[in-house]
Amino acid sequence: MAELVQLLFAGLTTGAVYALVALGFTLIFQASEVVNFAQGEFVMLGGMVTVFAFKAGLPLPLAAALAIAVAVTTGLLLHRLAIEPAKGATVVTLIIVTIGASILIRGIAQIVFDKQFHALPAFTGDEPFRLLGAAILPQSLWVLAGAAAIVFGLWLFMERTLLGKAVQATAANRLAAELVGIDTRLVLALAFAVSAAIGAVGGILVTPITLTSYAVGTILALKGFAAAMLGGIGNPVGAVVGGLVLGLLEAFAAGWISSTYKDGVAFLVILLVLLAMPQGLLGRRAVERV
Amino acid sequence: MASGTRTKLLVLGALLLVLLLVPLLFPSPFHLRVAALVWINAVAALGLALLMGLAGQVSLGHAGFMGIGAYATALGPKHLGLDPLASMGLGLLAAGVLAFLVGRPILRLKGHYLAVATLGLGILVHLVLVSEVPVTGGPDGIQVPRLELLGWRVAGPATWYWITGIMLLLAAWLALNLEDSSTGRALRALHDSEVAASVVGVDVARHKLVVFVIAAVYAALAGGLFALFNRFVTPEVAGFLRSIELVTMVVIGGMGSIPGAVVGAALLTVLPQALTLFHEYEHAVLGLLIILFMVFLRQGIVPGIAGLLTRRRAA
Repeated sequence: MAELVQLLFAGLTTGAVYALVALGFTLIFQASEVVNFAQGEFVMLGGMVTVFAFKAGLPLPLAAALAIAVAVTTGLLLHRLAIEPAKGATVVTLIIVTIGASILIRGIAQIVFDKQFHALPAFTGDEPFRLLGAAILPQSLWVLAGAAAIVFGLWLFMERTLLGKAVQATAANRLAAELVGIDTRLVLALAFAVSAAIGAVGGILVTPITLTSYAVGTILALKGFAAAMLGGIGNPVGAVVGGLVLGLLEAFAAGWISSTYKDGVAFLVILLVLLAMPQGLLGRRAVERV
Repeated sequence: MASGTRTKLLVLGALLLVLLLVPLLFPSPFHLRVAALVWINAVAALGLALLMGLAGQVSLGHAGFMGIGAYATALGPKHLGLDPLASMGLGLLAAGVLAFLVGRPILRLKGHYLAVATLGLGILVHLVLVSEVPVTGGPDGIQVPRLELLGWRVAGPATWYWITGIMLLLAAWLALNLEDSSTGRALRALHDSEVAASVVGVDVARHKLVVFVIAAVYAALAGGLFALFNRFVTPEVAGFLRSIELVTMVVIGGMGSIPGAVVGAALLTVLPQALTLFHEYEHAVLGLLIILFMVFLRQGIVPGIAGLLTRRRAA
């Protein structure tokens, strides 16, 4: 029982971060059909900027706010300087643009910061507490609560605000959205800004547990992408489910099968799921028109 | 891109010309080494260009096949006492068989789902190479014995320049012929619309599988050549970043263009070497250049420049 709870919490904590990255993927994909491989770099920026601002003497909340601002600015610049000029290019070309952007952001981070691993102090102490025999870090609860708050906030925004409806309309049909007067350029910029903010918050929340460095973005982008696909691309609920499932898979594979092959088990399951359900767990069936 | 006999000869002629000119212009061993790397990467990129450009299927795990070719070449002599060349042949076979086995289920997936499935495949290969330390040597890599052919010790950058160059020429010749064959036409048809292609009698699943296996064998050949040439391989040869690099080569050179794959391979192999001059700015500059190329020559370098030339001629 203790082991089960332990693995469950470990899986949900990493899964929550994957879910946030996948959510960022989904937002941008919905608004633009762009698969943004620079998504992981927002997580990296969130962690790294907070670490360095905190070391420079800023209080933690201010450092975190600064990190989110930096990530959002980066997201907006990425949209304005790379995605928009490439408008109308094929999907694969746009993917390469975002990969170029992620190499660029990583390259700059390596110069501005350094190549070391960095930690942040846990928000409310790092004395683990006992739950059904398992030792849980308080920071895990911060990650879970933070991710849940983001998901809820995003849902409120999408369903209850005019701007959120505009995002949904753009996702459903860009031309029709433009016809009813929605500025789809603004919507896309917004999607990049919100995605960046979500990623950065994920990075800030998880850094006290996993540490961070300039290079953590690549693997997170990869996992987030896999999670988004596992859930079914373009579906925010699917992204969250996919992220959590991926995190749990890794944790249980590491605990019960082999810690070296945890990534392998996770990808093997994704392969099997996709073969059985080619549109992901919650994806809609696509119909090809001829 | 329809390639009649004339374009075929043109492309092969241009490639041969470049092969002959490079040693005259850059005779230093260092430059020949870099050039040999370019030819090796170009072989892998060519295979991927057939898969992506011709058939319109994505693979984000193609370096996995490169890893299979490279490690077969390294492990055959060590564990089975085989000749390196025979081991490499086994590696090509293994890559082809693996592609054949996983290809049919995987290639039913479309677009991004195919991307993540191939990505997973590449990750699995990489993971095995890293983790099975007693067999593969683990993350530190493994030595590859020197190739000897009938008592001739194959060594030196110039020798390898010509071996890899000729392999590239052969690979390009085969790829051009494939493009121009009935299989090539079937692949172009299913690229445009799988439904329409199947209506006119194209066996979509079979043709996708054929080109996937060919692309895998090309990658394994590149991996094997790299192992023999470099005499040392690490799991990075099969890493995710290598897969991304291969895709970038194909896209930056020009999707579906065979000379484009060679140009893309040359650019992405030479640039990092040249950018070491920028020291720590290397990655930033590389990322920036990739963005600029894709924004300004979005169809890729070769089709992009060809388009610019024809437009100028028309004006």
